[in-house]
Amino acid sequence: MRQSFDDISAQLRARHRRSARLKWASMGALGLAGLFLVLFFADMLVKGLPAFQQAQIQVEVDYSEQASQIPLAAVQEDVRPLVSRGYLRLIPGRMEDNPDLLGTSRMEWVLADGQVDQYLKGHHAKLSNKEMAVVDRLKEDGRAELRFNSTFFSSGDSKMPELAGIASAAMGTVLTLLVTLAVAFPIGVMTAVYLEEFAPDNRFTQLIEININNLAAIPSILFGLLGLAIFINFFGVPRSSPVVGGLTLALMTLPVIIIATRTALRSVPDSIRHAAFGVGCSRWQMVRDHVLPVALPGIMTGSIIGLAQAMGETAPLIIVGMVAFIPDVTNSFTEAATVLPAQIFTWAGEPDRAFIEKTSGGILVLLSILITLNATAVVLRKKFERRW
Amino acid sequence: MNRILKTTAIAAAVMGVVGVAQARDQVRIVGSSTVYPFSSYVAEEFGATTDFPTPVIESTGSGGGMKLFCSGLGDDTPDITNASRRMKTSEFETCEANGVTDITEAFIGYDGIAFAQSGDNEAMDVTREQIFLALAAKVPVDGELVDNPYTKWSDIDSSLPDREIAVYGPPTTSGTRDAFAELVMEAVSEDMEAYGGEGYTDVRADGAFIDAGENDNLIVQRLAENTDAFGIFGYSFLEENSDTLIGSSIDGVEPTPDAIGSGEYPVSRSMFFYVKNQHAEDVPAMYEYANMFMSEQMVGDLGYLKGIGLIPAPEDERAEARSAVENHETLELADLK
Repeated sequence: MRQSFDDISAQLRARHRRSARLKWASMGALGLAGLFLVLFFADMLVKGLPAFQQAQIQVEVDYSEQASQIPLAAVQEDVRPLVSRGYLRLIPGRMEDNPDLLGTSRMEWVLADGQVDQYLKGHHAKLSNKEMAVVDRLKEDGRAELRFNSTFFSSGDSKMPELAGIASAAMGTVLTLLVTLAVAFPIGVMTAVYLEEFAPDNRFTQLIEININNLAAIPSILFGLLGLAIFINFFGVPRSSPVVGGLTLALMTLPVIIIATRTALRSVPDSIRHAAFGVGCSRWQMVRDHVLPVALPGIMTGSIIGLAQAMGETAPLIIVGMVAFIPDVTNSFTEAATVLPAQIFTWAGEPDRAFIEKTSGGILVLLSILITLNATAVVLRKKFERRW
Repeated sequence: MNRILKTTAIAAAVMGVVGVAQARDQVRIVGSSTVYPFSSYVAEEFGATTDFPTPVIESTGSGGGMKLFCSGLGDDTPDITNASRRMKTSEFETCEANGVTDITEAFIGYDGIAFAQSGDNEAMDVTREQIFLALAAKVPVDGELVDNPYTKWSDIDSSLPDREIAVYGPPTTSGTRDAFAELVMEAVSEDMEAYGGEGYTDVRADGAFIDAGENDNLIVQRLAENTDAFGIFGYSFLEENSDTLIGSSIDGVEPTPDAIGSGEYPVSRSMFFYVKNQHAEDVPAMYEYANMFMSEQMVGDLGYLKGIGLIPAPEDERAEARSAVENHETLELADLK
């Protein structure tokens, strides 16, 4: 049966319509995903940006004999509830370090209480009418203002929102990820090199391969239980320390690095291997001098993405005790530490509402670090990638 | 190539650092999420005003804390555990079996459990019995236990408003839920003939009670969205959100600090921490922390913890609790019965 020209053109139109519909549906999906992302970012920015500013007030600090005993006495009664207790409690210590201060008094910009901060930002604050009037007066005189919140980056967790910062969590994250990298990177790369370049292809290696792929999909909380059982209970690694957290996250990152490395190695063409054998290289020389250097960009990319994943992880760390109240900034691998996502989790549970902005502020910091890491991975790949 | 060598060298260096374990001068604390805000407040003050490092506090829940605390002696076990209820005799026995025989109990003060709703509504006064009837899985109707038939508050008592029963509450792992089960569910059902004098704590699963997770802030947020619903959570969250929430009076008593501290408000509970005296030599900071916690400046009527929601105990109870901690009094099994 012959089809007429009209039949064919009708069919063609229908096919074009179908493909147009598909295109619109895909674009709609993309748009929806983008919309959620934009909404999330907008919400975080609106809630989180105020965290980077903190109220300070100018008060007269009187370094009297009495103030060295009862720090509250150092400031005038009307502004007493407006000054952060975190500032006041340090006065006796400062007077001990600087005996010259005794008997002097001077105007100083000091950290204001969290409630004053909330009031100046226009949020609900638990201040009495009298206290609000004092803050209003101070503001008119230019003695109360919002300044850049350096405390947020220089101090650790605190129960007082005006003193709470991400420094201890950030340091903990760095230490933990160093351990993760130091353990997971060499082991992961060597495993992949063995499986890809040395191991024979038999039932046993296939079994290992399937298991590695499975490991990559295991819920992360299970790695936490494993870390608790093996590292803490069996090897006696100190609880809550970056070592135990790093080792646990290393277990989680290993399969990601192994898989990325194998893919990178596989994309190196066999002609390179044959050429290396042709000039008399041993297998190890061939891998070390010819295959690995070419595969390195791919390996680095995979490792960075694995690390970024580990960085956002909280679940396994709850089990090994890293989700805790830790105000001190540690620089030891064996002392208690916490990590950024754990800090965000802790703040989200605080009753004080000033912590809402801290939570969002922490999220903004974590997100910007993750975006930087992932961007680095993309740049590395683009820069060093070689096509054959 | 060089990079791999370098990484290996860094790895070796890290492992070297790890090998050198350090002696512990940091107090380790675990336990209740209800006591956690108070405990961490004291810990921060302790770290800032003494030469000792800040104690590490993990919020594991009362039961989880007891498990870790009673797991034995030694560097890797906690020195102190917080609890929003008293130690159970079974937990005490576990402790004894694992060699933890010298424990001091410290009574901190009280915490109330609020039954609250969005401030857009009229205040609703309830009794514990009404709350029980609204939430129990099976309730007595004409002497028979049947699946809970109530869907509106007015079904229970015509004086209550014509509103859908919807209550957000904590999950079974939470100390708040334990206390709610004991102080409301058990207390009411023990007096009802249909249950044969036994405490009944099963909560209905047909959607009227909504498990809202450990985070009390989530319950507070949901109450703002769903103005018909009620929430069950710690008193400090009601106080912190007093502009958007109103607490119901229970059995005619408003949730105020005074009523909770005196025990007049029926849904209040005691908070404790337990000190492992056998660690005193290895962890010298332990007693310093415990004494600071029990000081008038923290738990007293004008103490800092009051500002973040603790309800101080009457003065004589405080003095007694303080001397128990100062003298390291050993907790006996008979004390818990």
